[in-house]
Amino acid sequence: MSVDVLAAPRSTAWLAGANPLAKLGAGMVITIVLLLSVDWVSATVALALEVLLLPLAGLSAGALLRRGWPILIAAAVGGYGTALLAPKTGELLLVMGPVSFTSGSVEAGAAIALRGLAIALPGIIVLASTDPTDLADALAQKLRLPHRFVLGALAAMRLVGLLVAEWQTLGMARRARGVGGEPGLFSGVKAGAGQAMALLVQAIRRASRLAVTMEAKGFGAGPRTWARESRYSGQDLAVLAGGLVIAAVSVSAAVVLGSWNPVFG
Amino acid sequence: MSDRGVAPARISAKGWGWQHSGRATKAVHDLDLEIAPGERVLLLGPSGAGKSTLLHALAGVLGADEDADEFGSLLIDGEPVAAARGRTGLMQQDPDAQVVLSRVGDDVAFGAENLSVPRDEIWRRVPAALDAVGLALPLDHPTSALSGGQKQRLGLAGMLAMRPGLLLLDEPTANLDPAGVMDVRDAVRRSLDETGATLVVVEHRVSVWLDVVDRIVVLAPSAAGEPGGVLLDGPPATVLAQGAQLLASAGVWVPGHVPAVRQRTPRKSGDRQNGAGLLLQAADLGVSRSKNRRRHPAVPAAVVPSLYLSAGQALSVTGPNGVGKSTLALTLAGLLPPASGSLLATDALARGAGSSPLKWRGRDLISRIGTVFQEPEHQFVTGSVRDELRFAPRLLGQGGEKVDELLSRLRLEHLADANPFTLSGGEKRRLSVATVLAASPQILILDEPTFGQDANTWAELASLLTELLDAGTAVLSVTHDALFTQILGGETLVLGPQAETECGAGGAAQSKAVLR
Repeated sequence: MSVDVLAAPRSTAWLAGANPLAKLGAGMVITIVLLLSVDWVSATVALALEVLLLPLAGLSAGALLRRGWPILIAAAVGGYGTALLAPKTGELLLVMGPVSFTSGSVEAGAAIALRGLAIALPGIIVLASTDPTDLADALAQKLRLPHRFVLGALAAMRLVGLLVAEWQTLGMARRARGVGGEPGLFSGVKAGAGQAMALLVQAIRRASRLAVTMEAKGFGAGPRTWARESRYSGQDLAVLAGGLVIAAVSVSAAVVLGSWNPVFG
Repeated sequence: MSDRGVAPARISAKGWGWQHSGRATKAVHDLDLEIAPGERVLLLGPSGAGKSTLLHALAGVLGADEDADEFGSLLIDGEPVAAARGRTGLMQQDPDAQVVLSRVGDDVAFGAENLSVPRDEIWRRVPAALDAVGLALPLDHPTSALSGGQKQRLGLAGMLAMRPGLLLLDEPTANLDPAGVMDVRDAVRRSLDETGATLVVVEHRVSVWLDVVDRIVVLAPSAAGEPGGVLLDGPPATVLAQGAQLLASAGVWVPGHVPAVRQRTPRKSGDRQNGAGLLLQAADLGVSRSKNRRRHPAVPAAVVPSLYLSAGQALSVTGPNGVGKSTLALTLAGLLPPASGSLLATDALARGAGSSPLKWRGRDLISRIGTVFQEPEHQFVTGSVRDELRFAPRLLGQGGEKVDELLSRLRLEHLADANPFTLSGGEKRRLSVATVLAASPQILILDEPTFGQDANTWAELASLLTELLDAGTAVLSVTHDALFTQILGGETLVLGPQAETECGAGGAAQSKAVLR
């Protein structure tokens, strides 16, 4: 019996009711503005406002940490690297052999780390509050992307969930044949590669059976109708406005406090 | 009524044949067949007679193969199959390949959308179709939470929403437990009664469909030199009377005909007493597929108070879907950690490898406990049948003398150099059993070994297992197959929901075990 691990129950949060394209648009506005300037004020303000929005996406702090911890680590590593390599301006804070940190370099590192988080968080919010089916509907009906491509990708995504369970089954099935379980890094890598190959074979076979099902249901031959209409509502205006407000407030704060530091120019 | 297109379809094949690209022989050869609108046809024939090829051709899904050769004509309502898009619905064997979208309502609507049915009409058809197949589920119910039988019925509902004039079922119940088989069969019958559509179904188990169909067509083998075409054709009773012998030898499950199987030789009394030959024992064993974590201990799918497995003992594990039968088998096989309780290998089994099968190295495991998975393809690790059989002896540092013996014992000699993935379903099943036996395990564990098997493979498997049992191998099988259980003999472990009321969605409720 296979279990689809990606199939989370549909989110009931406020943001889940908005059109996915509106959410993507709001996220892009924030991202583009934050890309324009490396300073800690705009990044901090944006990040703070985004965190305030988390309940609207149905995300608790715990859920956010579980989903977003790799990004947290990446931001910390990026910030540390920047603090290490940025021009050593300001007063000297710490010296360890050839490694030194100054107030200027630490500030630059903090700005990079905060900016990374502020750019990543809208992505997490959109992902957590968007049903893949709704996204596909919006892409095909509103953006007029080719429906063969969009629905094919949607069906493939469902298969990815099945493949996670398939990987576990394959691991057990192959151990029952005596594969793996041998000491040593090389034999471990070899067994893993063999299992990955077996998973690929299963994925292709399953995908071709699914393709037969879709074709037998008349998919891809001509124009189609849509059982679910992707539509815009007043909520989508609010979402877009929210994105614009976050972007505008964070830029204004940076300009007023004099830390606005455009990348170009 | 907006029932445009519900008119039952007429099938007409004249000298039709199909040769897949890169194959030396035709899959279907010189077929002349007329099926009148509304007829319900069971299509039989030996493995390799091209039954699936014919079904796929009628469903219009063979066309993508550009190098394939088509002969003669195959028409639906007098038109080429390619022009009959939307007139047919196809159900395949694999329930997971049946589902396209992640919510029940959307999945049913998918086919109708592709036929450009207006939105209002789609949402009128979807609940009606779900009702017709007996799936009383909310439209936003996740499709991943359905059982195999429910997925097949969901697929049927999707077809009904397309209002097809022809239903094509390709071994629709091969992967289902008995309850699922009946549900699917009844759903098909109900929808046929409502729509009057034409039916063509391919299935080994004749008895399942006998009450539904009004005609049986037996295809001839299409191998080189054979005339091809139709061998027998007529009302079920006539065809079964005329062709019982022929069908039985082709592996068809003819009602009332039990395949000949080697019986077990009764043990002398006192052969097994006082736990002599005890191999594996479990106490309060809880089994689960999810890992035990400190803060989130795994909730066992089933708990077995006590279980003993001795040399030469047959134990059948049975019970409804989702009570943890497979999970129990995988745990006993040393492939999953026990969620609670204890599982110990005795010295007779462990032979110095330690008392916990889970911790054994791969090569230690296969000579002690062999496990045959439900899906044979999961266990293939090499590129040829011969290498598959050599794999275990090589790991154990033995010679290949067992390989030829197993090849001939399971009638796989002519396939020795074939790629395992290219074998038929029955051949794959025989190979997967042979590969595990090549390591001569003391315990053999099988998960639904007889699912979807034709009568010939079934009889071979049962005979082989009685032989192993008499020779002292312990055999544990997870199975719904009562006849199979009866032939193996021994005990039956029934896993069941602890409280029927709590176990609805197969969630947290634990299963309890009863040994009969």
